[in-house]
Amino acid sequence: MYAQMVKSTGQGVKSLDEMDPVEREFQEKVDADIRIEPRDWMPEGYKKTLIRQIGQHAHSEIVGQLPEGNWITRAPTLERKMILLAKVQDEAGHGLYLYCAAETLGISRDDMTEQLLSGKMKYSSIFNYPTLTWADIGAVGWLVDGAAIMNQVPLQRTSYGPYARAMVRICKEESFHQRQGYDIMMRMAKGSEAQRRMAQDALNRFWYPSLMMFGPSDANSVHSEQSMAWKIKINTNDELRQKFVDQTVPQAEYLGLTVPDETLAWNEEKGGYDFAEPDWDEFFDVLKGAGPVNNDRLEARRKAWDDGAWVRDGLLAHAEKRAARKVAAE
Amino acid sequence: MSKEWPLWEIFIRGQHGLSHRHVGSLHAPDAETAVKNARDVYTRRNEGVSIWVVEAKHITATAPGDKGPIFEPSESKIYRHPTFYDIPDEIGHM
Repeated sequence: MYAQMVKSTGQGVKSLDEMDPVEREFQEKVDADIRIEPRDWMPEGYKKTLIRQIGQHAHSEIVGQLPEGNWITRAPTLERKMILLAKVQDEAGHGLYLYCAAETLGISRDDMTEQLLSGKMKYSSIFNYPTLTWADIGAVGWLVDGAAIMNQVPLQRTSYGPYARAMVRICKEESFHQRQGYDIMMRMAKGSEAQRRMAQDALNRFWYPSLMMFGPSDANSVHSEQSMAWKIKINTNDELRQKFVDQTVPQAEYLGLTVPDETLAWNEEKGGYDFAEPDWDEFFDVLKGAGPVNNDRLEARRKAWDDGAWVRDGLLAHAEKRAARKVAAE
Repeated sequence: MSKEWPLWEIFIRGQHGLSHRHVGSLHAPDAETAVKNARDVYTRRNEGVSIWVVEAKHITATAPGDKGPIFEPSESKIYRHPTFYDIPDEIGHM
């Protein structure tokens, strides 16, 4: 999931009877699956939580370009390079759709960018892990985009119109990402012994961080309960994680690779796999900024923002000058 | 802090002769750049053959609160729909 640990109001969910008529009308619309649009009335907490969630999601798309961009110049063939470029370009687009959706809630894009750069807003923990080999690009597409899709498909039905519409576009494009990742993994897993080892090593390093993407169990979280009542979160973290494991294990088997979990076993009774939880201490450390490459990621974003300032200002000055000239000529 | 680029709403016409349809928005310093960026962002997979860009501030919209007075009157005028009229079967398709 690209949004983790999103806090809502922190209070329990109100019943319809406890709401004033305006809020009740809002909640009844949500319950009836009628979309909430930017200019409709919405509770302050709904708006704030959505800004956090969509903003975090958008930042993840943008920061997520960095681990993959790392391999564009080193892709093994021209075709792989073109494919990776297209994928990284898609991520920029996804970031943009989401920033635009968040902007309809009254926060500016620059404001969100500055909150990312100051560390006030977060992005997904997964992007604080480095991509050390070409097989990592395969693992990122297969596992990271696979986990993202798991979360994003239900969000196409989320209650906030602009968010749901952005998710529809994103989901359409995302399945190419996962398939290209698996394609890389297939090639590596069926290649030379060294390539197979590289593929296994990538799976070893990305397995648990991918499970962390869904966030810790939120079965008893007031934030999740509220977000689910507002339909800005559709499934619990555990549900999505289970679904992801059930889907991914057979795919790993097909590749002839081993999931790095000795406890992994099919559980006939629940119709899913039993599996080991990731190390949640590591997860919280990464969120706090102590992951392997947190500093590099933020540094790269800050540099891009600062180095691009003269371009943003220059283009705007040029546009204003031309507009003034046009007015003068009329 | 520098000023933010204005927001543009993007409309794309697909290949099959339908009208331009709103697909999303983006920031750009001027209309020409908005068109170029819209091409890169919204037509990467053959989505369209024509792009319109409109600066968001120039769009006038109905207010959500006016939904009743504006749209309800059309709900009761069922005679505006062809299904309101019973045409005998022997007449065939009409």
